[in-house]
Amino acid sequence: MTSIITRRRLTFGAAAASTLPILGRGASAQSPLGIGFIYVGPIGDHGYSWTHDQGRLALEKEYGAKVKTSFIENVAEGPDAARALRQLAQAGNQLIFATSFGFMNPTIQVAKQFPKIKFEHATGYMRAENVATYDARFYEGRAVIGTIAGHMSKTGQAGYVASFPIPEVVMGINAFHLAARKVNPNFKTKVVWCSTWYDPAKEADAAKALIDQGADMITQHTDSAAPLQAAEQRGVFAFGQASDMKAFAPKAHLSAIVDDWSGYYIKRVKEVMDGTWKTGAVWGGIKDGFVKLAPYNDAVTPEARKAADEVTKAIAAGTLHPFTGELKDQKGEVRVKAGEHATDEILSKMDWYVDGIQA
Amino acid sequence: MTSAMAVSILMTLIAASTPLLLASLGELVAEKAGVLNLGVEGMMLCGAVAGFAIAFSSGSTTLGLVAAILAGIAASMIFAVLALSLGANQVATGLALTIFGIGASSLIGAGFVGRTVERLGPIFPAALSEHPVLRVVFGQDILVYLSLVLVVGVGYFLRRTRAGLILRAVGENDASAHAIGYPVLAIRYAAVAFGGALAGLGGAYFSLALTPMWADRLTAGRGWIALALVVFSAWKPGRLLLGAYLFGAVMTLELQAKAAGIGWIAPEFLAMAPYLATIAVLTMMSLGRRTGRLDAPACLGKPFSAS
Repeated sequence: MTSIITRRRLTFGAAAASTLPILGRGASAQSPLGIGFIYVGPIGDHGYSWTHDQGRLALEKEYGAKVKTSFIENVAEGPDAARALRQLAQAGNQLIFATSFGFMNPTIQVAKQFPKIKFEHATGYMRAENVATYDARFYEGRAVIGTIAGHMSKTGQAGYVASFPIPEVVMGINAFHLAARKVNPNFKTKVVWCSTWYDPAKEADAAKALIDQGADMITQHTDSAAPLQAAEQRGVFAFGQASDMKAFAPKAHLSAIVDDWSGYYIKRVKEVMDGTWKTGAVWGGIKDGFVKLAPYNDAVTPEARKAADEVTKAIAAGTLHPFTGELKDQKGEVRVKAGEHATDEILSKMDWYVDGIQA
Repeated sequence: MTSAMAVSILMTLIAASTPLLLASLGELVAEKAGVLNLGVEGMMLCGAVAGFAIAFSSGSTTLGLVAAILAGIAASMIFAVLALSLGANQVATGLALTIFGIGASSLIGAGFVGRTVERLGPIFPAALSEHPVLRVVFGQDILVYLSLVLVVGVGYFLRRTRAGLILRAVGENDASAHAIGYPVLAIRYAAVAFGGALAGLGGAYFSLALTPMWADRLTAGRGWIALALVVFSAWKPGRLLLGAYLFGAVMTLELQAKAAGIGWIAPEFLAMAPYLATIAVLTMMSLGRRTGRLDAPACLGKPFSAS
């Protein structure tokens, strides 16, 4: 099952089977392992959903005819997700990946109805016997690009094109800013909330607004490459999101945080095949290969390059934690004590900003 | 605020308003002829993907724009055949066209994801188009000027020309227009095609000028705002221009206010503002006229058959 055409046909085949439940296959030892995915965006977003689909393709490459994958894209977070999950479950999939935070409740709900099917929910915190969660420590990557921004910014200001103030995004902003501040103690990070994950024109306008306000480093937590294009047009630097976005902004693109889910997907599928799959929570970072950095642009100075490499290595080795105390929020309350570092509990509930962030 | 910043904000504002103006102006003409085409978003996406695909393949942005116009017209003709010739419900057909446009553009665009083309540039020489202040006037791309010329042109056409009068007659009273010998369906086809052409251009403004790339659902719902603008304008091109720039201004200033850290006005309020304005304008209009139909063409959305 290596050709694209074969894969596509099987993808459609799975969808057809779900509309004709009478043809639905029972799991048997001979038949390939059915693996379903639901994505919040289009796989053509070249961002977050695309990276999950790369993970799905990696599964097909690794296991060939032993697996049969299918996916549903553009699934709205909410009741639609339950319908999509049920459809994949009824189509005979034995392992289903729900790849966005907002799929959490539907996943738990559908998992109860299909106790024999295993579910994996990305970036959530609710688990069950047959629901595991997995997440990536994107903030580690943000600490690396923050280091580069601190070294390269002339105005000492970064613009952050953000989606929604959920802990995942807030910790990214703090991690980026703290790393930049280590290099330049006066560094400022301005945030514009777009209230959407995906609206290219609005993301571009947000980037332009930030550039107008003096930012010469643009980073983002939305899904399109539009902010990079705006940076390229205005002659400032920017960082890609979720995948290497250099093609969109050859001059502006300094590096990118690259999500890589394939290692985890391959491992978990193996466990289902071997019957050793168990529920659990995995939060992998640079060390585990979940988070990678895209190759640096030639414009990145040797000094910034060296510092970024050091931060990457130290995080991977566990000698550096991006959230090391003492950390105070903007009201002056100590959130992480001196010498300690933020626990996963603190990170997963983060709703405060450190000094120097305008959010 | 420095003048450089003001200029930059104005540039962003104009760029944000232009696709809205193009798409809504086309829809205005179609509605003036009595056709309610809710497929604007779908036609915009068809134009966006066709424009990008041809510009990318041929290396010529001009060819891309031509392709966008043709794709918009082609999409609008699907609607025209179903809703005009076959008398299908216009609301349902228009919605179907939008859903079709989302799917078709995604299919066509699949091979172009992750590519980029050269941005549609200013038409005046660099001395003018890169002047720190004058670039507001001279630094725009061709579609900005075209959209403004079209506002004047459409206004003149509808108000001052015989052809415009006939188009309005078809929209106000199709049976009478038919009785005195005007080809109602042919005129409506032409109006729908014009709407499709401008929606296609409006879509291409995203894929060739604002964010020169193809990504699924690139227009992110602007087609619906364009539809609302037509009602907001009370079917008058001049007021449509005002409305489109008002929406563009609010969309831009919302982000600028956030970036500037202006705390006294909640950004959420700015995000609501254009819609509040729409409701206010509609309310004022219906209070003033007491007709209860807000100046809408009388035959808007009604099927016509010559029998």
